[in-house]
Amino acid sequence: MANVLVVAELLEGKARKTTLCAVTAAKQIAEGTGGSFDILSIGEGAGAAAGELAGFGAGKVLKAEIAGGYTCEKYAATVAEAGKGYDVLVACASAYGKDLLPRAAAKLGAGVASDISEVHVDGGKLSYTRPMYAGNVSGTVEILTDKQVVTVRQSEFDPAQASGGESPSEDVAVQSDPAADKVEFLGVEVVKSERPDLGDADIVVSGGRALKSAENFTNVIEPLVDALGAAMGASRAACDAGYVSPELQVGQTGKVVAPKLYIAIGISGAIQHLAGMKGSKTIVAINKDKEAPIAQVADYFLTADLFDVVPALTDAVKKL
Amino acid sequence: MKILVSIKRVADPDNASKLKVSADGTAVTSEGLEWKMNPFDDWSLEAALRLTENAAQKNARVGEVVLVSIGPNDEHTQRIIREGLAKGAERGILVEADEGNLDAGVVSAILKAVVDKESPDLVMMGKQAADGDSNVAGTALAEQLGWPVINSAMRIMTADDGKTLEVRRELDTGVATVKVTGPAVITTSDRILQPDSVQNGVTPGDHQYAKLEVGGRYASLKGIMQAKKKPIDQTSLGDLGVDTVKALNYTKFALPPARSGETTFVEDAADLVDKLHNVAKVI
Repeated sequence: MANVLVVAELLEGKARKTTLCAVTAAKQIAEGTGGSFDILSIGEGAGAAAGELAGFGAGKVLKAEIAGGYTCEKYAATVAEAGKGYDVLVACASAYGKDLLPRAAAKLGAGVASDISEVHVDGGKLSYTRPMYAGNVSGTVEILTDKQVVTVRQSEFDPAQASGGESPSEDVAVQSDPAADKVEFLGVEVVKSERPDLGDADIVVSGGRALKSAENFTNVIEPLVDALGAAMGASRAACDAGYVSPELQVGQTGKVVAPKLYIAIGISGAIQHLAGMKGSKTIVAINKDKEAPIAQVADYFLTADLFDVVPALTDAVKKL
Repeated sequence: MKILVSIKRVADPDNASKLKVSADGTAVTSEGLEWKMNPFDDWSLEAALRLTENAAQKNARVGEVVLVSIGPNDEHTQRIIREGLAKGAERGILVEADEGNLDAGVVSAILKAVVDKESPDLVMMGKQAADGDSNVAGTALAEQLGWPVINSAMRIMTADDGKTLEVRRELDTGVATVKVTGPAVITTSDRILQPDSVQNGVTPGDHQYAKLEVGGRYASLKGIMQAKKKPIDQTSLGDLGVDTVKALNYTKFALPPARSGETTFVEDAADLVDKLHNVAKVI
């Protein structure tokens, strides 16, 4: 029987959708082992966010109000202390989850299964499947320590739906940590967009280095993105070259997405990029080179100069 | 400033699609694949070299970079450390270990023992290894040391030789800036190779590093020759007093199923829209 604690991820006082993906995984672990799950709402605005999180079937929602910007040193001790009462701690494998949970795990002496794609329960025993080697190998792992810490891949766990009911909430004490005095949060630039979030959009349109400039992304890719109501992504090369900002990177070291439709424009399809999108249901590639590695995963391939066809594609989509 | 850079040997990441799994599913076999320095550690090494040199004076060394690699004590691990020495690191440490006995927890315990001996100002590594893709060891190490950790760093600036650093790190939703009092652990993101991503207060602020698109700097011929004389200390878990056991047990490996279906080459934009709307029904 595993009792699970979901570590919520808040952004500007609200729970990010990533939290609900972690709730889905927590439910699988709890239901599979005859246990239960609670949620820890932690950070600035934790109290209000706890209210939002009360309708997902948690036994209770713990609240730890911590003001100021996030650093793992500021949060980890509180997570670890709250975690002492549980068998498994879960968060989404977002930049936040991958930063915070390993630190809390080290405080608890717990093993970490990072970025898992599946939960398995066999005779009450938990194991997890996770993508390795840029998604070219699947590994199934057991955590041998008393406590287990798991981060989950957003694209593999649908966000939990509100199930009604109202979980009671409970304050937990915020713990201090000398390491927190060594890091001062100076500020954050949050990129705001009207577009769907890359992490859970139904359609993603990504551009590669072949776009050659930020201006071309604006003039060629963005109209198609908006005609489709899609999220925009990019290859590492395009991000490194400064054509778009880094949080749009899709790939092994960027976001992993699995939308209904992924359109890769001017992207060759290096192993590292495929790692971030080959789980997509339908893949389209637009590339001058029909031998580009992306063809190996593309369901539809348009061999053409992107500057010729993408505007035509945008027009055709608008006429649908 | 003294920087310890952890470099992991991994099976050639550009050929990861050629990896195989043993018949009984208990091991990943990388036969035919060359062992390479984890590219993300290579980028971290580049940042460490920039932090400890005067780039305007032919990369004159003004600090010390020590490499540490954990793995079999063989010609492959030695070659990978030697490559790092050729790029400019001062010396290397090879911790002999059977890869079957390692996980992030054991690695962090080993690195802590090395840190306790070496007293570096910074420990740096890539934010993940191209094989395990876990992104855990650096953070676990920082916690064991009681140090701050900055994950996914894209920009590192110091004006006081590493006593304090201003670091920008990538989030899912943007970029955060923090001020860190060293010593600290830093794991680096892809953007760390950009020309202006490292400022050390010694290299003039307007110095523009060359654009690096594939990896860290190439070793010069002089660097390669000098590397042959640089020391690689060989040690073991026993020597370091590390007896941590693994917290993780991989019971099975498998190759994920290949995508089903064939590639349909479409004629033009109209044909593509027709297929997506009427056949795939995704728009």
